[in-house]
Amino acid sequence: MAATVAKVKKEKKPFHFMQWAKSRKGQQVLICVAFMVIPLLLLFTFTYLPFGEMVRFSFYDMKYSTPADKREFVGWENYIDVFRRDDCFGALKLSLYYVVGALIQLALALYLATILSFKVKGGNFFKGLMFFPYLISGIAIGFIFKFFYTRGFVFDTVLQWLGFELENLPYWLRDQSINNWSLVATSVWRYFGQNMVLFIGAIMSVDADLYEAAELDGANKFQQFRHIILPSIKTIVTLNVILSITGSLSAFEQPYVITDGANGTGTYFVIMNELAHTSQKVGLASAMAVVLLLIIFACTILQKLFFKYIFRDAESEDESYKAKRARLKAEKAALRAEKAKKGVA
Amino acid sequence: MRTHVAVQKRRKHYTVGGIIWLFVEYASLIFFGFCAVLPVVSCVITAFKTEEEYQSTNVMTLPESWLNFDNFIRAFETADMGRAFLNSLIVMVSVLLISIIIGTQLAYVLNRFQFPGNGLIRNLFLFASLLPAVAMQVTVYNIMTALGFVNHLYGYIIMMCGTDVISIYIFIQFMENIPTSLDESAIIDGASYWTIYWKIMLPLLKPAIVTSCILKGVGVYNEYYCANLYLQRPELHTIATSLYTFVGPMGSQYNLICAGVIISLLPALIVFILCQKQIYSGIAAGAVKG
Repeated sequence: MAATVAKVKKEKKPFHFMQWAKSRKGQQVLICVAFMVIPLLLLFTFTYLPFGEMVRFSFYDMKYSTPADKREFVGWENYIDVFRRDDCFGALKLSLYYVVGALIQLALALYLATILSFKVKGGNFFKGLMFFPYLISGIAIGFIFKFFYTRGFVFDTVLQWLGFELENLPYWLRDQSINNWSLVATSVWRYFGQNMVLFIGAIMSVDADLYEAAELDGANKFQQFRHIILPSIKTIVTLNVILSITGSLSAFEQPYVITDGANGTGTYFVIMNELAHTSQKVGLASAMAVVLLLIIFACTILQKLFFKYIFRDAESEDESYKAKRARLKAEKAALRAEKAKKGVA
Repeated sequence: MRTHVAVQKRRKHYTVGGIIWLFVEYASLIFFGFCAVLPVVSCVITAFKTEEEYQSTNVMTLPESWLNFDNFIRAFETADMGRAFLNSLIVMVSVLLISIIIGTQLAYVLNRFQFPGNGLIRNLFLFASLLPAVAMQVTVYNIMTALGFVNHLYGYIIMMCGTDVISIYIFIQFMENIPTSLDESAIIDGASYWTIYWKIMLPLLKPAIVTSCILKGVGVYNEYYCANLYLQRPELHTIATSLYTFVGPMGSQYNLICAGVIISLLPALIVFILCQKQIYSGIAAGAVKG
């Protein structure tokens, strides 16, 4: 738009274009255009253009290689298929495993973050150990856990040390009653350290005076957790709980790299990926993607509403927290003043 | 004050509850620490075993010699990891450089100038962050083919720059804390907007740049899904996708595979040990965006 403005000006009075470009206003427009062209072009090419294409493709029966004029328009058939085929919509049920996993992961992260935020020996070392899995690439994790869960290999060996018999142990990636849990465990293993670091960051931002005061009042660690840590990181915990739901709907990496969706571990996206890139049912895959995007979108709106609701609550609490801090500071100052007085006396 | 706390702490060690808690604390740390390293450690153990040893001993039996680097050499050669490291380096440096430049520029314009469409552009980026990458690849694949970007490093690099939203948020957030009075006084001194961006904003944004470099650097180094889709020729493999060499006929030679995996995560381990602090604070800062 700004470019056309520049053009029009140029045509009308071409002599003054340089003058305009040198003025403050002209410079503002120029810098805005210059700095936004590339990012917007990229955003358009790799997000909104594909998004539009996806909606369009979802009404066609086509492959990637089908020329544009040979694509068959099928109306809503792809969408009906998404809900009718067992392998498509049914796969969303697997998300429940990942929701449970994500909740366990958050609880574990919160527990460990609390421990590590009190002073413990070697705290940094343990934090590093538990965080490192986050830095490993998905494909490497695939190999590591294929190896880990292989019959008689790492996991079975450790369980045998603990007294289990190999005959009683299931095939971790093949047995349909357990294999989804194995994959979820992998996901927990990979991300709990990252969640933990996040929570530690939030806990550390709590005013240290509060702990000091609580300890002086004789509060034990559980009470400190309950009354100081938890209220102050409530927002970030809730946020993560909600994010874990959308995350679980789009669970993809662990089943993709470890089992490739075999033996009933194919989550929604694994199946969509296979339909698109292996069986080349691009229309159906696009319809699947659109359906899930709509669900995610709905979840996000709900989350926004939910947060508005919580925010209304939190505001008063926030005030009391600030008031508490102010009171503590005042008390400290009074104490100091008293000491100073005694010193003088 | 200090001494009070110290006294309190010392007394705590005598209470039964305190001792039990202390025990639970360390027991959980050791247990979960063990769980976190077990899969990786088992890989290290296996990577040092000879073929014969691997066939005949249990996976958790320690290797005879910790100096047996044969598997590492073989894995490095089979998967052409030297080339892969070079490719990964090229991709990482270009993606980081480009996305920092365009990200900071965009954030500067969006934060400092009010113009019609400013809010709309922000929302377009916000909405883009909701779309899961895997789902988008169904049609991005088509566009990449049409643009002739498939099987070219530059195509992959441009795509990786285009799908980044988080760092823009970090930059915008950080910009909000840079007082506008700085800009104003620079304008009075006759500085152009470019000078303000280049000489004032960019240096002040350094912490945000470090944060986004870390988050994006980890992401780009470990990215394998798109790399596998768009860089299929073996000489274009990145470190992550070079591991795909071991899929298939070599699928059960775990001593070799484990060596490859360990090589691929060494750079991440080294960087992690060197800049732990920055990585932790980067993670914390990146999460604020939600």
